Amino acid sequence: MRLQEYQAKQIFRQFGIKVPKGRIARSLDEVKNIVEELGGKVVLKAQVLVGGRGKAGGVIKAYSIEEALDNAKKLFGRIIKGHIVKKIYVEEMLDIEKELYVGFTYDSTNYCIDMIVGSIGGIDIEEIAVKHPDKIAVKHLDPNNDLWDYIVREVLYEAQIPKEYFNEVFSVVKKLYQVFKSYDAELCEINPLAITKDGNIYAVDARLNIDDDALYRHKDIMELKDFTQMNILERIAEQEHLKYVKIEGNIGIIAAGAGMGMATADLIYLYNGQPANFLDIGGSTPEVVEKSFRLLLQDKDVKVIFVNVLGGLTRCDWIANGIINAIEKLNITLPIVIRLAGTNENEGKTLIKEYITKTSKNNIILVETMEEGAKKAIELSSDNYGHHC
Amino acid sequence: MAIIVDEKNRVIVQGITGREGAFHTKKMLDYGTKIVAGVTPGKGGTEIYGIPVFNTVKEAVKRTRADTTIIFVPPTAGADAVMEAIDAGIKTIVCITDGIPLHDELKICRAAKNSNVNLIGPNTPGVISPGKVLVGIMPPHIFIEGNVGIISRSGSLMYQIAYELTKRKIGQSTAVGVGGDRVIGFSIVKALQEFEKDHHAECVVLIGEIGGSEENRACEFIKEMSKPVVAYIAGITAPPEKRMGHAGAIVERGVETAESKIKDLRLCGAIVCQTLMEVAEKVEKILKR
Repeated sequence: MRLQEYQAKQIFRQFGIKVPKGRIARSLDEVKNIVEELGGKVVLKAQVLVGGRGKAGGVIKAYSIEEALDNAKKLFGRIIKGHIVKKIYVEEMLDIEKELYVGFTYDSTNYCIDMIVGSIGGIDIEEIAVKHPDKIAVKHLDPNNDLWDYIVREVLYEAQIPKEYFNEVFSVVKKLYQVFKSYDAELCEINPLAITKDGNIYAVDARLNIDDDALYRHKDIMELKDFTQMNILERIAEQEHLKYVKIEGNIGIIAAGAGMGMATADLIYLYNGQPANFLDIGGSTPEVVEKSFRLLLQDKDVKVIFVNVLGGLTRCDWIANGIINAIEKLNITLPIVIRLAGTNENEGKTLIKEYITKTSKNNIILVETMEEGAKKAIELSSDNYGHHC
Repeated sequence: MAIIVDEKNRVIVQGITGREGAFHTKKMLDYGTKIVAGVTPGKGGTEIYGIPVFNTVKEAVKRTRADTTIIFVPPTAGADAVMEAIDAGIKTIVCITDGIPLHDELKICRAAKNSNVNLIGPNTPGVISPGKVLVGIMPPHIFIEGNVGIISRSGSLMYQIAYELTKRKIGQSTAVGVGGDRVIGFSIVKALQEFEKDHHAECVVLIGEIGGSEENRACEFIKEMSKPVVAYIAGITAPPEKRMGHAGAIVERGVETAESKIKDLRLCGAIVCQTLMEVAEKVEKILKR
């Protein structure tokens, strides 16, 4: 889970890292109040969860209330890389002398925590690494060990952090490490870490991504989850605990297993069809099958649903029963293509065949392989067969 | 021959009295796996399917000379279970548990590496050497004995490719799920190295997916391999920054896309297929040569 800048800054502040004065604004009135409070010179920052926000025009400086309001007006409601701006973080403008970089992330190859410090900041870390390799230092930390002071010192010297700011940067690095560890962060970054003309050190930007699998031990973070940044269908899925991702297309997918979900979407795409989503019902119950159909039926783009199951733990007869229940309960008229294989394959197929015979429903199609299923689903997605309004 | 585990391994089940643990213990016993003990704190002294249950892994190891464990505990207890097994001297750990926090995974994988322990997973379906041993949760009936090694990050795609191969009467020497998480113990490279040494494996199927750089890192070794590698990468349609079910299946840094993996694998001489059916067809051709 990626936190908004202002949320990350609140946490950084709690750990003793200085951040510029600022508040969140949801309307022009609020912008006006905050700018007055901060004395006129501000930076307006769109709170959208995308990378490269600054380059996309999401960060604007203003030197007066009028200018701030003018820019805020343009910023509210603007779409930045697919995200609508609803909140602006209004922050005091600092007199910056120098910009640095500090960050922590994980290294899955070496099973390490990576500490990264740069005596240049304000641009992407990847760019710093390419353009100024001598100004950046990376240290692999043992996750089972403490971060000793000497390790931080070594890295700061290697990154050529100037003597004048050495102690301040040292202290920020130690605090940021505490944030990283305490919050189960995947990434925790200050870029830029700014030294002001009056010699203070501030986290001017803040990034904090927290491991979703660790959220159970961070209830405070869970409450911050910003559902407004999600697609409406993804929001419903999240609340229903379904592993769902929306893709732009018209073939709904229900698959057993994460890999199978991806492979099914890929296969449809490969055959020139348009997958509408990823959805994994791995190890599921009939209730999950029903919830999944209910969700996909809310996607107005979906013209056909392809159920692709190779039962391991999941038994095909359970899935078949789940599908039949869902069709009956939700009165589904959309075409449904079904592929069942693996555990209790024959029982599952028999249930579906019997149901088709009994009800003479021609919108249910049983196929033998996932390739055949994908082709059939594409065929049905492109004509008006069984189209519902 | 089989890689990672064979008939001789003495296996314990951590979390044996839980619903999943008990269910799969029965399946593994039926398959012939030598399960010597179970561990559930507080249930020591009881029995399940005639297998003694102990309170701690240390006690189980002492009494039964176990060398291998399979872990079925909830995600909040997963890392602790792995550490307990390492501390007790277990040499092969199969961690089925899905959803262990990233920071804990870094710690357990590092600890396993430092102690020369093979940690398969976390979030793995386990290992099967058809006809010999099952230390995992895969449906054994879709696997048959043979000469193809399978490495997969995804459980469901491992089943799919095994199903396709078995349908063509092509058997498998060992199938190993390396796990769908961002941080895993037993790497794809390690699995490839083991299959290269295994006399029974004539060719290797590698099922990868978006996220991480496991597949890219395997390329250097694939170049040196004498055995053909047939690969498939899932997730070409995955939008960036979205978690596709597996914790590891997310494109975050650009290099983790399906395209980059396919390109790297092709460059190092692997045969990369667009569908799993094509993988099975390619393997069939290779074995007929």
